[in-house]
Amino acid sequence: MTDLSMPRTRAQGTAGKTALRWLLYVLLGLFALYYLMPLFVMVTTSLKSLEEIRTGSLIALPRDVTLEAWKTAWSSACTGIQCEGLRPYFWNSVLIAVPAVILSTLLGALNGYVVAQWRFRGANIIFSLMLFGCFIPFQVVLLPMARLLGLMGLAGTIPGLIFVHVIYGLGFTTLFFRNYYVTIPAELTKAARVDGAGFLRIFWSIFLPLSLPIVVVTVIWQFTQIWNDFLFGVSFSQAGTQPVTVALNNIVNSTTGVKEYNVDMAAAIIAGLPTLLVYVVAGKYFIRGLTAGSVKG
Amino acid sequence: MSEWLENHLPKVVLAPSFIAVLIFVYGFIGWTAWVSLTRSKLLPKYEIKGFVQYERLFDSPRWDTAINNLYIFGALFIVIAMVLGLALAILLDQKIRVEGFIRTIYLYPMALSMIVTGTAWKWILNPGLGIESTVRGWGFENFTFDWLVNPDFAIYTIVMAAVWQSSGFVMALFLAGLRSVDGEIIKAAQVDGIPTWRIYTAIIIPSMAPIFLSAFIVLAHLAIKSFDLVIALTGGGPGYATDLPATYMYAMAFSRGDIGQAAASAMIMMLVVFAIVVPYLYSELRAKND
Repeated sequence: MTDLSMPRTRAQGTAGKTALRWLLYVLLGLFALYYLMPLFVMVTTSLKSLEEIRTGSLIALPRDVTLEAWKTAWSSACTGIQCEGLRPYFWNSVLIAVPAVILSTLLGALNGYVVAQWRFRGANIIFSLMLFGCFIPFQVVLLPMARLLGLMGLAGTIPGLIFVHVIYGLGFTTLFFRNYYVTIPAELTKAARVDGAGFLRIFWSIFLPLSLPIVVVTVIWQFTQIWNDFLFGVSFSQAGTQPVTVALNNIVNSTTGVKEYNVDMAAAIIAGLPTLLVYVVAGKYFIRGLTAGSVKG
Repeated sequence: MSEWLENHLPKVVLAPSFIAVLIFVYGFIGWTAWVSLTRSKLLPKYEIKGFVQYERLFDSPRWDTAINNLYIFGALFIVIAMVLGLALAILLDQKIRVEGFIRTIYLYPMALSMIVTGTAWKWILNPGLGIESTVRGWGFENFTFDWLVNPDFAIYTIVMAAVWQSSGFVMALFLAGLRSVDGEIIKAAQVDGIPTWRIYTAIIIPSMAPIFLSAFIVLAHLAIKSFDLVIALTGGGPGYATDLPATYMYAMAFSRGDIGQAAASAMIMMLVVFAIVVPYLYSELRAKND
């Protein structure tokens, strides 16, 4: 912890100190405005009529608040030739994210448990190889994966997307659990083995009950990644199975009819709402995942 | 039998994931590398023809633009996000009363999809109705801000949106770093009457070198993989003006039907990422094992 306001001579100190504090808060407030401005513009634009958007200013509050744009965005905006709004795609994203998050978290927990507590020869190399997998640009697997999904009959399907997200989420989920489980003393496992508990029993009755914090971090991380994914979604889906990010992009870039900016903004907020909500409710865990997931090995 | 299983259960549990990673990461990289050495067009061919695809790639003006854009975007994005992140972290580290609240505001863009961010900024930067018309409305009739549709400046709009999205995260990294600096040393320096700015430049910032490295790696990694934001904000346009390697690869793979080019560009992207990440991960893992 550092403090700019260190003691100088008393008299000059307090006046200068107060001015500095004010300046500090003004600066912090200005930056807060900078980060909030796009969200503010999105919300106000989504509540305006097209007429008001054309004549009014970007940063003005809406004169007549209308929820028309939200209704259109949710249930009748066009993503191309279909005009069903964001709703079906929102549910696609839910159908993709929920199983993919559960599966990759479960596998990550088991893998992390093995790598951290049941070290066998080569375990470190295996972990390193899995870890490197986190950092590849996914472009390098897009082509073969597209072919494989085709061969498996999963091309353009939701199970196909779940499969892809589980596979490429494994590295991170394993990393999260491994880093958490190495902090649990190995003596615990040894003592349990002496008492006759087996591999699964130890995991189930000792490790899993201790895992709540890291489960929360992993679930939030995976959910945010999968919900916000665009590359896999746009590469491996087809009309009808697209996730919400792809549908949003299609709505915004759809060239038919009048450009409805208010609908675009409402759709963008709807697509961003689930992850934003998770962030507001569990921000602490979100940040922990970010910093742990960044690169820390 | 059951004893064998009990003894080998850890390996049995890890095996499926490990095999999946071997196939879907390393095997697939191998496949892409192989195809990048063939004359594959719409369908993959497996007859190796040497480095034709790479020659075509380096002769392509569109790829040239993509690489130049990656330099411009990468350099500006990394430098601005780091400077802004560090400045915000230092400002927030002055015993601010509502720190948690402000931090939440600075960091929320990181929770959003790049497509959402791109959509928002596309609207804000819209030349007809966005910032431009707002400032004109204030009485500056000749104010123009058409970067989004100007081929020479469109790449900078991507920098703007990317910095907005990621600088809060860099701040969080630096803030954690500032909090881990030894308070005793700082107190000692203050007692010696060393001015605050000197304390920062001579003591605090140098001791955060590892955090600078982490932030750099994360941002560089984000820059090279940037795809969604470009698609949402400019679609790679006007023309190819804001193409990045990732959008080039996607266009070749899924709209141009040029699998050979897609594979070659993906391989270059991977080599760049590995050149940055591998030495870092290697030193981290070694430090851990010592």
